[in-house]
Amino acid sequence: MDIFIQQIINGLVLGSIYALVALGYTMVYGIMGLINFAHGEVVMIGAMVALMVIKLLVNSGLPVFIIILIALAAAVAVCMAVGYSIERIAYRPLRRAPKLAPLITAIGVSIILQNLAMLVWGRNYHAFPPILPTSEHDIFGATITSLQVAIVLIAALMMTGLIILIHRTRLGRAMRATSENPPIAQLMGVNINQIISFTFVIGSALAAVAGLMVSANYSIAHYYMGFMLGLKAFTAAVLGGIGNIAGAVLGGILLGLIESLGAGYIGDLTGGFLGSHYQDIFAFFVLIGVLIFRPSGLIGEKVSERA
Amino acid sequence: MLEVTGLRVAYGGIQAVRGITFHVNQGEMVALIGANGAGKTSTLKALARLLNAAGGSVRYCGKEISRLEPHQLISEGIALVPEGRGVFPRMSIVENLLMGAYSRHDKDGIAADSAHVFSLFPRLKERSQQLAGTLSGGEQQMLAIGRALMSRPKLLLLDEPSMGLAPLMVQKIFEVIRTVADEGMTVLLVEQNAKLALEVSQRGYVMESGEITLTDEAAKLLANPKVREAYLGE
Repeated sequence: MDIFIQQIINGLVLGSIYALVALGYTMVYGIMGLINFAHGEVVMIGAMVALMVIKLLVNSGLPVFIIILIALAAAVAVCMAVGYSIERIAYRPLRRAPKLAPLITAIGVSIILQNLAMLVWGRNYHAFPPILPTSEHDIFGATITSLQVAIVLIAALMMTGLIILIHRTRLGRAMRATSENPPIAQLMGVNINQIISFTFVIGSALAAVAGLMVSANYSIAHYYMGFMLGLKAFTAAVLGGIGNIAGAVLGGILLGLIESLGAGYIGDLTGGFLGSHYQDIFAFFVLIGVLIFRPSGLIGEKVSERA
Repeated sequence: MLEVTGLRVAYGGIQAVRGITFHVNQGEMVALIGANGAGKTSTLKALARLLNAAGGSVRYCGKEISRLEPHQLISEGIALVPEGRGVFPRMSIVENLLMGAYSRHDKDGIAADSAHVFSLFPRLKERSQQLAGTLSGGEQQMLAIGRALMSRPKLLLLDEPSMGLAPLMVQKIFEVIRTVADEGMTVLLVEQNAKLALEVSQRGYVMESGEITLTDEAAKLLANPKVREAYLGE
């Protein structure tokens, strides 16, 4: 029972991070029907930048909270710039190209960013400096750290903010209108290029926050971390129904739970044949399952073949 | 107000509009009629910059607009009600109207204009929070016209407002179009339903295979034997 509750907690934490990243996939898909496979790399860049800033400031005598805040601001700023540039340089020239061209380009951008990160930060794992308070709280016999509480709360706050932005503001209306019918949105005076840029920038900001969360949660960051994380967040977006904001949140949290519980019990289930390091297989079982049985996702609408 | 000279539109190698010339005066309602495939919608789309013209000039209030971006037209005062209505199905009626006012920032004016739209179309007011995708075709047409009016345009382009609607609904829609024109709006009306269009307009142009073949006052076109035979089914 303790394990069960512990894995639920871990799953919620992991799921919150997946959800933040999945939102980036789903917003871009909703607006322009593109799966931005480079999005995982933006998360990695966020993690790396934040980590570098923290390492730089760790002996500066500033309070931990301020250090984290500066690191976060730097990561968000860099990721926004990266997200904007990716769209501007790689995708905008392909706006009228067949859907396959930007999709392949996305994979190319992902590889380029990974290699650039390797050049800048090296191939080694970077340890997250132990500056965060490690206080633990007991819930029903399981433990949750202050960091985990903070991750879940911040993620929830950001998702609420995003949903308000999309459903209650003029800009959000323009985003939804563009997603529903780009030519008609233009007739209303919406500058589609601006909206698309904005979507990339917002998604990248969420990715930067997620990057810091991941590296803090696992105390580690490296140039390759965005790849698997990106695939899983993409799976989460598909699980919820890609293009659907609420679906990305639901899919992210569900995927986090499935993975955590799966990792917790996989040893028992297979008689010790597979250990918890096989946890990655669950995401892809989920992806295959969704694609076979419910391609439109849990709360997505039926979309015709688009990519 | 609108002067179109030698406008050409091509899809690949096929010319849909072959150098047409026409104009719309301030405060006037002009009908552009013709059979399916004559190039009427292509003409409107080129005016609204949803299609690139292959040649010719479009001057609006003395200004060349054929190189503007599509989203810039609305602040020039040109609004298009597209063929097939093009409402945003997953947004409510109110949100659709607010999208129509996207280019404006005067809160009070927007509120006043949406009240005006609701007075033109009381049926929309009853369902203001309903999603546009759940409306009937006629209600969607009302919404599309209302949405276009929300930008407070000087020139209203209407593309086949009667298409696919029941006769009673068509009548209602055209009453409102007439009302809007009487309030001083300049209107370019593209219609397959020639009789209806000519009855509400002052002047008309007849389009055939991408060319304008006939133009006259609407009443004279209605009486023209050629028009009666080809478009009024007599």
